[in-house]
Amino acid sequence: MTQPVAKDAVDRPGTFQLAGEADGAALVFSQPLSFWGGIDAETGEIIDHSHPGLGQNVAGKILVMPSGRGSSSSSSVLAEAIRRGTAPAGILLERPDPILAVGGIVAEFLYDIHMPLVVCDIAGIVSGDRIAIRVGEEGEAIIQKAQ
Amino acid sequence: MTLELSGRDQSMLDGEQGPSAAAAMKILVAFSNAVGAPSLLDIAGAHIDGCLYHGKAGLDFVERLVEGGGRVQVPTTLNVGSFDLIHPGMVKMPAAEEVPARRLMRAHLELGCQATFTCAPYQTRFRPGFGEQIAWGESNAIVFANSVVGARTNRYGDFIDLCCAMTGRAPAWGLQLSENRRGRILFELAVPDPEPSDSLFVGVGLFIGQASGDRIPVVAGLPQPRDEDQLKALGASAATTGAVALFHAVGITPEASTLDEAFQGHAPEATIRISRADVDQALARLSTVRDGAPVAAVSLGTPHFSHEEWMRLLPMLREIAPGRRIPIYVNTGRATLTRLQEEGALAGMEAFGLIPVADTCTYVTSILERLDGVVMTNSGKWAHYAPGNIGVSVAFAEMRDCIRSAAAGHVVRGAS
Repeated sequence: MTQPVAKDAVDRPGTFQLAGEADGAALVFSQPLSFWGGIDAETGEIIDHSHPGLGQNVAGKILVMPSGRGSSSSSSVLAEAIRRGTAPAGILLERPDPILAVGGIVAEFLYDIHMPLVVCDIAGIVSGDRIAIRVGEEGEAIIQKAQ
Repeated sequence: MTLELSGRDQSMLDGEQGPSAAAAMKILVAFSNAVGAPSLLDIAGAHIDGCLYHGKAGLDFVERLVEGGGRVQVPTTLNVGSFDLIHPGMVKMPAAEEVPARRLMRAHLELGCQATFTCAPYQTRFRPGFGEQIAWGESNAIVFANSVVGARTNRYGDFIDLCCAMTGRAPAWGLQLSENRRGRILFELAVPDPEPSDSLFVGVGLFIGQASGDRIPVVAGLPQPRDEDQLKALGASAATTGAVALFHAVGITPEASTLDEAFQGHAPEATIRISRADVDQALARLSTVRDGAPVAAVSLGTPHFSHEEWMRLLPMLREIAPGRRIPIYVNTGRATLTRLQEEGALAGMEAFGLIPVADTCTYVTSILERLDGVVMTNSGKWAHYAPGNIGVSVAFAEMRDCIRSAAAGHVVRGAS
């Protein structure tokens, strides 16, 4: 699944909340999105009418936002979305989020699917950028953005 | 910050106490790292909000813990499920949904959880004591335990409440710690000589929930409540319009004998006045219909009706004698229901339209016979969520007005 990354990619370091590797197009929001009430786990579609991403789909994307938000029921929705294959391929956050971490680790435990959840600087990433999440030699996260 | 684990924590994590304990500890460690907790602490009990079926992942998780031979390590109560197991046939559900939903309730029992199936575990023999460390799910139970009992829990939810129960541990963080329990924002009730009516407590709860954000609210100027059910209503309302996990009421709740104690000697970050109009406005938003609209049903007991509330309701039913035309659903814990039955308190009450509901709640599953009319309730929480959850119109009123409306067949509120 892992694709080669362009040679002129720019790396940035990150910390894994959940380790893993992923590739995908960035879907960037400045406003946090709650998975519960915000995403339809059957399709991956954003259904929160108060969110600017309404109608877009997170499936297979690298979801980039400052933080998680809202109800602890988001853990279940993320785990269910990972099970169904409608979850993002990976998530980049500026601040750690316990609710998304729990959803991701439960899916890892149950289905052996590893969705990386990374805390890093998200400045300069815009929707549509090709993003690769890699594991560094020391176990750190490396975020590569194709130019 | 690195999470410091005890020898026993590490042993669980390493799988020495079985695969289920290992999985629970691994998830708890990930959560604790994410919130920046320095260590874990022992808990005396847990309350699990995991029995409502929301999808396969939730059931798979519990099944895997059962398969791994997992057992909860502390006394653990269960929140409502999708079924009233005491009154079979009350909930109507397609078989494809019924099988996993029933299995989810059953699987939790196989982990050693108690068959309480109530959102008010504080009404059971598992009620915690002042200062006790616990890990609870369900927003109204959390705010009640913290505020009214003075036990200590954060807002735990999906999966993590069960992981705390399976390990007997919780992160040493947030509201588990004394210094984080101090009030941050002061609400002054500016209503002279307020009547301690049920709706006043609901209205104040709705207001502070909306205005507090993530700051712990302190309410001054509340009248002494008639009983703890009024504080239950305040907390449940505040946890409905906001994310309130702890409130202090000066001179009423156990960590707020004085204003100074409530703020632990600090000054409030902000002070907000609550007027009579604020309370009335918050309550008015709960009703989607006007007085006089035809009533299809009454729903009481969200959160679950206490024994004391039953003792107020039953004489009211006898006095107003609403007849059985309009069903009056009352959600309650099975332990409370058993006690009432042993007391013979419910004999003949079905003639007034009374339908007790146990183990679940009328707004989370399909119980109501008719969804096309107005449902009256005295619950701020039910009034807030039911239109979205089950698609009914709602009229909020004091309990007495709900019963009078059932007798009249249309919404009747206020003095008459």
